[in-house]
Amino acid sequence: MSGQNQAGLVLGQEIGAEEQAPARRPGRVGIGVGKWLLPVYCTLALIFLLIPIVYTIVFSFNDSVRTNISWRGFTLDNWLGVCNEPGVCEAFGNSILIGVSATVIATVLGTMIAIALVRYRFKFRAATNLLLFLPMATPEVVMGAGLAAQFLTAGVPKGIGTIIVAHAMFCLSFVVVTVKARVASLDPALEDAGRDLYGSPSQVFWRITFPLLVPGILAAALLSFSLSFDDFIITYFNSGAVNTFPTFIYTAATRGIPAEANVIASAVFLLAIAVVLIGQLSANARRKRAAIR
Amino acid sequence: MALTAFAGSPAATGSSGVRRGGRIALLLLIPGIAYLLLFFLAPLISLVMTSLQSPSETVFGQYDFTFNWANYLQVVGQYSEQILRSFLYAVLATVFALLFSYPLAYFIGVTMRRWPLVQSLLLILVVAPLFISFLLRTLAWKQILSDEGFVVTTLKALSLLGPQDHITGTGIAVVFGLTYNFIPFMCLPLYTTLERLDLRVVEASRDLYATPFTTFRTVILPLSMPGIVSGTLLTFIPAAGDYVNASSQFLGGTSSTMIGNVIQSNFLVQLNYPAAAALSILLMATILVLVGFYVRRSGTEDLL
Repeated sequence: MSGQNQAGLVLGQEIGAEEQAPARRPGRVGIGVGKWLLPVYCTLALIFLLIPIVYTIVFSFNDSVRTNISWRGFTLDNWLGVCNEPGVCEAFGNSILIGVSATVIATVLGTMIAIALVRYRFKFRAATNLLLFLPMATPEVVMGAGLAAQFLTAGVPKGIGTIIVAHAMFCLSFVVVTVKARVASLDPALEDAGRDLYGSPSQVFWRITFPLLVPGILAAALLSFSLSFDDFIITYFNSGAVNTFPTFIYTAATRGIPAEANVIASAVFLLAIAVVLIGQLSANARRKRAAIR
Repeated sequence: MALTAFAGSPAATGSSGVRRGGRIALLLLIPGIAYLLLFFLAPLISLVMTSLQSPSETVFGQYDFTFNWANYLQVVGQYSEQILRSFLYAVLATVFALLFSYPLAYFIGVTMRRWPLVQSLLLILVVAPLFISFLLRTLAWKQILSDEGFVVTTLKALSLLGPQDHITGTGIAVVFGLTYNFIPFMCLPLYTTLERLDLRVVEASRDLYATPFTTFRTVILPLSMPGIVSGTLLTFIPAAGDYVNASSQFLGGTSSTMIGNVIQSNFLVQLNYPAAAALSILLMATILVLVGFYVRRSGTEDLL
């Protein structure tokens, strides 16, 4: 109803309806065009967003020889023999290992900071916030070059270890932001109740606070893993001879991407979408149950 | 879900749960802060140091620290074109992403408000590109827009593109790629703000006989400023430093190189660390100044 009216008016703004609406009862303006213009635009926009995804998935079934550029026919060989292509699976394994390690480090450190930020007042609070904000506002190329320069000066050889250190660093701030929101939304009365019942501080934390934080921590871990898994720029500066999935694609791009890379990307995509879908649907079901109660 | 992270956190207001920090606060903070000091701040400092080095006179390929400020002048002189181009491309991509995303975010956040399930499904579609490899989706565009591809042949058939023209390898393709890749980062904060937009205010404006345009300009737009500011920042900052879209294996060409490409080739190919460091520091300083100015102008300082 009212939403659609505004829909019309926003579209008139954005897409550029030529004439100014005449001065009649404004509530009726936009019903004619706006009613379908915005949904149509959004459908087209979403289709546009999905084009490269569909392309990547379709070409994972391409019966390609050396380069995977033109369509040569449907095959399942790429999916069945992903690891036949040298390097793809190794790079993928490295990415998983790095993603998990960086996520563990970033999630543990970030959750601790988030709790401290919401629950305690302390000196240097502004400085702490700034230090957490800066990595999110720094271009990756700068962080990548900076870390690489530091490893170079310190004589640390580049490899999986340096990539993990780098990834945990840029994931940390995102974890803090995500978990902080969850800590801030906790009802302090629950912990007060725990204390009133003579729970020791550690009992209150592990039996009340922590379980309530788990959804936020999980969300932060997922975010952190996906940031790490898809990172290319920082990784490329600090990877040395080790290939992660993105650096593998980058180096392969010059001679042509093997279809097996499309297979891995498609599989990861479908898995991620499934995880997010299940999460949303179960959240929705929970909301409904809560509403009924 | 994880998506909220992009939208900035709700302000943690002092509730009754806030205690004066003591040893526990320190214990919670120290490991993470130390990590950031060691692996974020120290590298920045070492980058500044590197940017002031000059080639060693004794050992070839080595650099000594000499307060060589001339490095900055030299890179600005040598790469002014790429520096300006980076900011131009980033601004264009940000504007296009905003124009593309606003109606979409409005539709999901306001029009669909009565159907939360549809909202979350549409949001998943918006962020879906983030789940497929960044490099592969850029390469997919490269192949779709390539000279043998459907888009170029159609445009040529319609004479909209000359027989010698290309899309890939041009600035247009780079801006296109930057826009596409950062649309989800623009859409999410816009959505979070518009989702909370109080429709009664919009109704009030209509009841006062404001035209739709006036309602949009004086009510909806100002109320969506927080989302616009975080969306544009989340797009502009990574776009200005990006070097994947502009690299010649992807959408760019020799006439569309950005500052990120120059930093990368100086650091990893030419091993000219001082030049790469000086460019990185310049890039970061410029972005911080622009962002500070922008945030102050738009009156949303509490976002930071």
